[in-house]
Amino acid sequence: MANIQEKIAKQFPEATFEEGEILLVNIPDDKWHDLAQFLKGDETLHFDHLLTIVGMDWVDKFGCVYYLSSSTSNELLSVKVTTEDREQPMLQSVHDVWTIATTLEREVYDFFGIIFLNNPDMRRLFLSIDWKGYPLRKDYDMSPENNPVPRENERQEDVTYTYVKDEKGNVEKKTVTIFEPNDFVVNIGPQHPATHGVLRFRTAVNGETIKKIDFYSGYIHRGIEKLCEGLTYPQTLHFMDRMDYFSGHQYHHALCLAYEKALGIEVSRRAQVIRVLMDELARIASHCLFLGTYCMDLGATTMLFYTLRVREQILDIMERTCGARMTFNYGCIGGVMQDLHEDFVKDVKELLAVIPKNIKEYNELFIGNVIAKGRLEQVGNLTKEDAIAYGVTGPSGRASGWACDVRKTHPYSIYNELDFEEVVYTEGDSMARTKLRIAEIEQSAKIIEQLIDNIPEGEYCVKVPKVIKLPAGHWFQMVEGCRGAFGVYIESDGGTSPVRLKLAPPCLPLANVVDHLTQGSKIADLITISGSLDYIVPDIDR
Amino acid sequence: MYDFSQVTSWIHELLLTIMPEWLAVTIECVAIGLILLTVYALLALFYIYFERKVCAAFQCRLGPNRVGPFGLLQSFADMFKMLIKEIIRLKNTDRFLFALAPYLVILASMLSFAVLPWGEGMQIIDFNIGIFFLIAVSSIGVLGILLAGWSSNNKFTLIGALRSGAQMVSYELSIGLSVLTMVAFAGTMSVTGIVEAQANMWFIFSGHIPAVIAFVIYLIAGTAETNRGPFDLPEAESELTAGYHTEYSGLHFGYFYLAEYLNLFIVSGVAALLFFGGWQPLHIPGWESFNNVMAYIPPTVWFVGKAIALSFIIIWFKWTFPRLRIDQLLNLEWKYLLPINLFNLVLMVIVIVYQLHF
Repeated sequence: MANIQEKIAKQFPEATFEEGEILLVNIPDDKWHDLAQFLKGDETLHFDHLLTIVGMDWVDKFGCVYYLSSSTSNELLSVKVTTEDREQPMLQSVHDVWTIATTLEREVYDFFGIIFLNNPDMRRLFLSIDWKGYPLRKDYDMSPENNPVPRENERQEDVTYTYVKDEKGNVEKKTVTIFEPNDFVVNIGPQHPATHGVLRFRTAVNGETIKKIDFYSGYIHRGIEKLCEGLTYPQTLHFMDRMDYFSGHQYHHALCLAYEKALGIEVSRRAQVIRVLMDELARIASHCLFLGTYCMDLGATTMLFYTLRVREQILDIMERTCGARMTFNYGCIGGVMQDLHEDFVKDVKELLAVIPKNIKEYNELFIGNVIAKGRLEQVGNLTKEDAIAYGVTGPSGRASGWACDVRKTHPYSIYNELDFEEVVYTEGDSMARTKLRIAEIEQSAKIIEQLIDNIPEGEYCVKVPKVIKLPAGHWFQMVEGCRGAFGVYIESDGGTSPVRLKLAPPCLPLANVVDHLTQGSKIADLITISGSLDYIVPDIDR
Repeated sequence: MYDFSQVTSWIHELLLTIMPEWLAVTIECVAIGLILLTVYALLALFYIYFERKVCAAFQCRLGPNRVGPFGLLQSFADMFKMLIKEIIRLKNTDRFLFALAPYLVILASMLSFAVLPWGEGMQIIDFNIGIFFLIAVSSIGVLGILLAGWSSNNKFTLIGALRSGAQMVSYELSIGLSVLTMVAFAGTMSVTGIVEAQANMWFIFSGHIPAVIAFVIYLIAGTAETNRGPFDLPEAESELTAGYHTEYSGLHFGYFYLAEYLNLFIVSGVAALLFFGGWQPLHIPGWESFNNVMAYIPPTVWFVGKAIALSFIIIWFKWTFPRLRIDQLLNLEWKYLLPINLFNLVLMVIVIVYQLHF
């Protein structure tokens, strides 16, 4: 880490550093774009993956914290860029360095009103086009009169804006059209069976061939980040089940780890084992559901029932221990909410016994099918470079040859003691993404097998203070959700609720890459590709 | 033994004794029309139930089992629901064409019904180009589908209709050619002629290799022609919601639904006619007593039984395979099925000329 600091300091003397769990670099805005290019371009640093952009309002100034990771050394780095202009805050865009920044910057613009110069698409990402104010600013007017419930249809614009600075330093707002005038635009979603939720793709087609997709989200945005700012720390945990509802356990795990890290709480071994067991069970259930619904999208309805059989069994296990089948709400600060059900070990062993049989059946019925091969192979090819540039993590990234499993790259909990393989394929097509998930089911089963006979005795939840106050500071924690790397950023001022809780979901990059993957392919391939990426809409719209 | 033409001629004679001929023919036509409609509706209801049960069995489920014994009345309940549903009228659509489309679709399948051989003498029209007539009228359906997609003023339905148009026009070729192969073998286009030529042995056995090839192609093309999975692209629900009939509701939707199931029956019925002897019982040369026993089963049972057995195969396809993509679908037809079919026709001619068949 010292090495990184030296290198940056040599090139950029104006940069200041803050040591911490992750090195933080402060850089003035006018040097930020150069630094970004240096960080990505330098061969030893090679920070080619932008994890998230945390927009911040520190009252006296606006700013962004960029979390970067290197795909070669898995080193983490954060960069802080600030501006003191409250009227019209502006920062340099880094969309040409990291492609995913185009969308992440839109999100920051949406909530903080920070304009990113040169970003080609400065529209709001989630909120409606006529929304007044920027909700995550600390001086935002929350009164209902400010933004009344609309009684008419949402206004639509077929143009976007870009802000460019000319030589004299004047900022000019340019209008850019999204579609060409004679494009035949088909509206796929928000109510459409293949978008797996209320997501909308405005698709310009030429016959059956896709020309361009404009991805449009925000229909179920609940403002979880804003809500969390008014709640106590234990209360914020409950939202984790309501984002990616299949990764509820992992997301709980992430936030708990972040809080425990901030509070310095040591979690008992038993609780850690239980958490990992639940994470992996949830992963199997999620991948089963992916396979079923994906096959259904492709017209093979029968597969759904074969995969749901396994998922049902897992949900029964969850129900017995957690008391719920969907929003489990199981992890808590210091451990888990309640102890395992007495039949847990027996039930899980029954599950492990049926998984190999089922996987064999899936391979015979679907993966080996000649029509399935024709539909999936060489469809939606994502190269490793694009996967990193677009921030596509999780199974979809690993199918493109990018070893990005957080359980291996930044091991948390007890994962570094466990024997499991990180499955990585290099094909990068929809078939690879599908097969990889089946392989991951096997790996998760392997993890469970190792742990199920060795659940240590002990307390399932350690004692924590009644009122939880995090010390002032900020923390970042990543876990591997079912669909990719999930990150949490917490900033605290020492009070009972967070100043800022930023959730970096894996599904936003996944939905964002659809346009890139579908250009030139058929409408039917849109379903194949977006299905194989397996995004969950509530995770995009937090 | 079960010659139905005796019954019809007896009825005709009876009517002639009490009324002039024009009135008798009119009454007969109306009666036949009513019978046809009833059979049509009942078959559709049966097929809906049948498919649900079959698909449930594939999917480890029970299927309908609440309404009536074994859920038998479920289809009736669904039919009444469909009948009393509101027909939604949309703005900015071509009203006339929008309403016309479902009738065209159902007309096509009803006309095809007219030449199916239900039993000996049990055919509505029997003339020397029966098979040709069948191919001609069944193509009217695509017109209805194109109209439905176009007049709905909806992008999804338009894409669905265009897909359907491309698909049906392409696969019509395969159907036509495989039918032609069998017509060449039978030496007649008359439906009765084809059935009678199979009295001793069904064509699928006597025509051996070319007949089996023709049958496989016919089954694939027939599945495509009825827009059923894995060729259900025009109404691929995950891509185009419901394809060309997205905007239809109530009775109009019911017509499309009905026509879809009846087309399934027609395709399997024609396959039974061309390859499995129509209403002819299973006869194995040399096994006299077996043949006699088989002949006791009424011809109608034979025909309907064969048709349902073939439909079962088509239903099996649908619930097993994923859907093809439009370019793969057209590739399959133009690059594979069509050349194979042309080759098969030549092969069949060689078989006939050199008397290589049984």
